Amino acid sequence: MNPMSSPTFTQRFHAFANPARFMGLSDRLIAPCAVVTALLISAGFWFALVNSPADYQQGESVRIMYVHVPSAWLGMMGYMVMAGASIVALVLRHPLADVAAKSAAPIGAAFCFLALVTGSLWGKPMWGTWWVWDARLTSMLILLFLYFGYIALWATIEEPQRAGRAAAILALVGSINVPIVHYSVVWWNTLHQPASVFRADGPTIAPEMLLPLMLMALGFTFFFVTLLMLRMRAEILRRRVRVLQLALGEV
Amino acid sequence: MKRAFFSLVRRDVALAVQIGGGGGMAVFFFFVTVTLMPLGIGPNLNLLGQIAPGLLWVALLLSSLLTLDRLFQADFEDGTLDVLSMGSLPLELAVVAKILSHWLTTGLPLVIAAPILGLLLNLEEHQFMPLVLAMLIGSPALSLMGAIGAALTVSVRRGGLLASLLVMPFYIPVLIFGVATASAGAMPGATAQATALLGAVTLVSIVVGPWASAAALRANLKA
Repeated sequence: MNPMSSPTFTQRFHAFANPARFMGLSDRLIAPCAVVTALLISAGFWFALVNSPADYQQGESVRIMYVHVPSAWLGMMGYMVMAGASIVALVLRHPLADVAAKSAAPIGAAFCFLALVTGSLWGKPMWGTWWVWDARLTSMLILLFLYFGYIALWATIEEPQRAGRAAAILALVGSINVPIVHYSVVWWNTLHQPASVFRADGPTIAPEMLLPLMLMALGFTFFFVTLLMLRMRAEILRRRVRVLQLALGEV
Repeated sequence: MKRAFFSLVRRDVALAVQIGGGGGMAVFFFFVTVTLMPLGIGPNLNLLGQIAPGLLWVALLLSSLLTLDRLFQADFEDGTLDVLSMGSLPLELAVVAKILSHWLTTGLPLVIAAPILGLLLNLEEHQFMPLVLAMLIGSPALSLMGAIGAALTVSVRRGGLLASLLVMPFYIPVLIFGVATASAGAMPGATAQATALLGAVTLVSIVVGPWASAAALRANLKA
């Protein structure tokens, strides 16, 4: 095997590490991604709001679910993206991983927040209260706090390299703790209110409801990816500006 | 290595005791917070007795958060941490020594103070032992997890508040299992189960805490 002929895994990996290459690639990808997002979400909304049945128990308010459930999924996915990028940043020192982790956090937090808000809007007519200390609600709220802590850490430490390493360690410790926190909350809740009535998720979801849900979930995912690329581009540009300013002695 | 470890523990304990403002302050804060609760809720002894374990745990959590910035901040500022990171003792072990002395000077006094506060809150007699036992098992986790927050924010001026925000979510399992040991009287074996789970949380934080804190300190020292 001639080591010169075929690039190793690390070499291929580092080819994508070049921020300039990323800028070029994302520049071409953003517009198509945005179009796909718009198509999926508008199709999803049409099915969700017009062409799907109202629930026999929940009535029209079941339609909140089509925004609520995808938001919750993406709120959790955002943390996974963040933690995954943090591992890559710490272990492989991939320069873009840092940027990706930082950029994913506010988007994930926003989805998490959206899930909580839509959930409580749904909860008021259904359960008669805005908020219940249900295990899922509580762990979603804690996830939001974890996002806030992570964002705050980035915001406080000025120098990007140092902030990046600290934030990556926090994200990893968080990802170890998230399951522990989640199960302790589940345990706590079952201790206080047995066999909660609020877990009436229904047996299986009807196919005409599943279609809009899947469309929305896909659309939200593309939205996430589009926003992530936009934010990463902004972050790379911000760092370039910072380097230039440092070189000029303005900071 | 053993000698270096224990002399570091001795030094930190001596510093905390002599300079003051450490454990004593935390205990005082503990007392004041618990005193505020009946004033806010009302002096109904039955109600207070019911929620006493929860109140004591929450106050314990808050008091131990208060002392986090003392853990590494001063040593970071005067360069002691740079010396420690280059010594023969691995930084992880140096962190363990500092956490241990932090627990000895804040966690332990708080646990000792808790039963006295339990009297003020009309804690039921049979709950004293489980509560103190649970606090003994659980409070090391507070120092261990708190060290991560303290290490992450060590280069931030007045990072104490940020450190509290960062570690608060990690304290939740300790709070839940800690309260469960004292208040789960209904089911047989529930106290033992909660105590075991609390021990598990502490063991996990023994694994995660020193390693993550040392990594965070290195990240802050290097740049």
